[in-house]
Amino acid sequence: MTRQEIEREIKNIFQREFEIENPGMDNDLRETYEFDSIDAIELLLEIEKFLGSELSQEEKKQAMDIRTINQICDYVERIIQTRKTSAAK
Amino acid sequence: MERRVVITACSAITPIGHGKDQIIESLLKGTSGIKPLREDELISRYIHSRVYGTVNYPIDYDFKRQHRKTMGPVAYYACQVAKEVLEQTGLPEDFITSGKMGVAFGSIHGSPTVQRDIYRIFFEAKEKSAYQSIGAVDYLKSMVHTTAVNITKMFGITGRVISSGTACTTSSQSIGYGYEAVKYGLQEAMLCGGADEYDTITVAVFDNLLACSTAFNDEPHRTPRPFDKLRDGLVVAEGAGAVMLEEYEFARKRGANILAEVIGFACNNNGGDLILPNLQGITETLKLGLENAKANPQDLELVSAHATATKMGDIIEAQAIGAVFGSHPYVVGLKSYIGHTMAACGAIETIMTLYMMQEGFIAPTLNLEEIDERCAMIKHVQKILQEPVKTAAIQNFAFGGVNTILLIRRFP
Repeated sequence: MTRQEIEREIKNIFQREFEIENPGMDNDLRETYEFDSIDAIELLLEIEKFLGSELSQEEKKQAMDIRTINQICDYVERIIQTRKTSAAK
Repeated sequence: MERRVVITACSAITPIGHGKDQIIESLLKGTSGIKPLREDELISRYIHSRVYGTVNYPIDYDFKRQHRKTMGPVAYYACQVAKEVLEQTGLPEDFITSGKMGVAFGSIHGSPTVQRDIYRIFFEAKEKSAYQSIGAVDYLKSMVHTTAVNITKMFGITGRVISSGTACTTSSQSIGYGYEAVKYGLQEAMLCGGADEYDTITVAVFDNLLACSTAFNDEPHRTPRPFDKLRDGLVVAEGAGAVMLEEYEFARKRGANILAEVIGFACNNNGGDLILPNLQGITETLKLGLENAKANPQDLELVSAHATATKMGDIIEAQAIGAVFGSHPYVVGLKSYIGHTMAACGAIETIMTLYMMQEGFIAPTLNLEEIDERCAMIKHVQKILQEPVKTAAIQNFAFGGVNTILLIRRFP
């Protein structure tokens, strides 16, 4: 999956689930869009659906410092890479 | 330190209308809010009682996603009446968020609609992925204090939170405990009320206890019939009511529109059976209410009775009113118009009483055609009376043996 595809899907999730249209890639989500801890938990559920793969408790905790769309995309890329590496082993 | 407590705003969503104008019009016209029970895929077909006090009109909600996401239907009702009350008061945002104002609000058990969705997942789950269907916010939507805290969140209220969940005395306790919080100087203002959403499970519960009306399924507007010979039980209903309580001097100094004064409140328990009405317990409640208000029975001009239209409940209540207040005050059963709005009934019936005080009339108990002789010792209202009411009592009793009485006085 390319970075562009991840970005597109994350933006889709933001529009569909959080009514946030075209968020700035580096905007602080809490300050700009009132995106809070409840939203973060919902987002992780959406990411699990998107990846078709359950996130571990450890992976979910790693997401708690995320503040921007770019960081979310980084996070998803990293998860995809981890899954690929695990599959290769 | 005891301070005077006044009501400076109120609003209600009821089966006979939303807001003062619609509710007064329905009271004057004798319009019933009882409709046929809606069919659902769950349980409605098994219920003998086919009637429900229904809010069957659209409500124009304007809540942001940040607020909507933690709200089930019951919180929509609660936040709407809270919003209308805050708008009426004109209280500034810096006061609302100062910690000097709290919220006392409840429902009988949160949002049953959301709870049903959770249970459906629980019972139908065949694989682990079903677990993901439970949303992060489902608990916040369904928990018992969902109304109170969604209100605090929406308006940034940082004071006390009281969230009674005592069935039919939920919102009379909200007002009563809010009154005490202001009276004893713990808060300057309290936004108080209760709400309950459409729920067939509640009907099933009362239906199984043989407490629901079943004889008027084909003519819903003819039931419930408080104090009437043909009464055959209660009609479950939905709705919400909210009032703003403020310390009198605070309200006066800011030029608030004072609607009434809360002059007393009492709450006790029967100390025994959790279902059966208890003459001794209720009689004691009424006495405690008068004592708390430092009032005499002859001061009371109107009693809004709990009057659910059950066979025994109405007789016991009439006996208690007769014993404590005598036959002097008019007695009206307002559930005859709206049904039993459960957690909301105390607040809604207080607001309906307040509206009648303001407009100088007393609405009759709807469907009271032939007074049951066992309820005849009190002064019933069978037609609209153009009577000024200065002081009124609002009575509510709940499963669990909880009894409340609120006493309010028109202002000035």
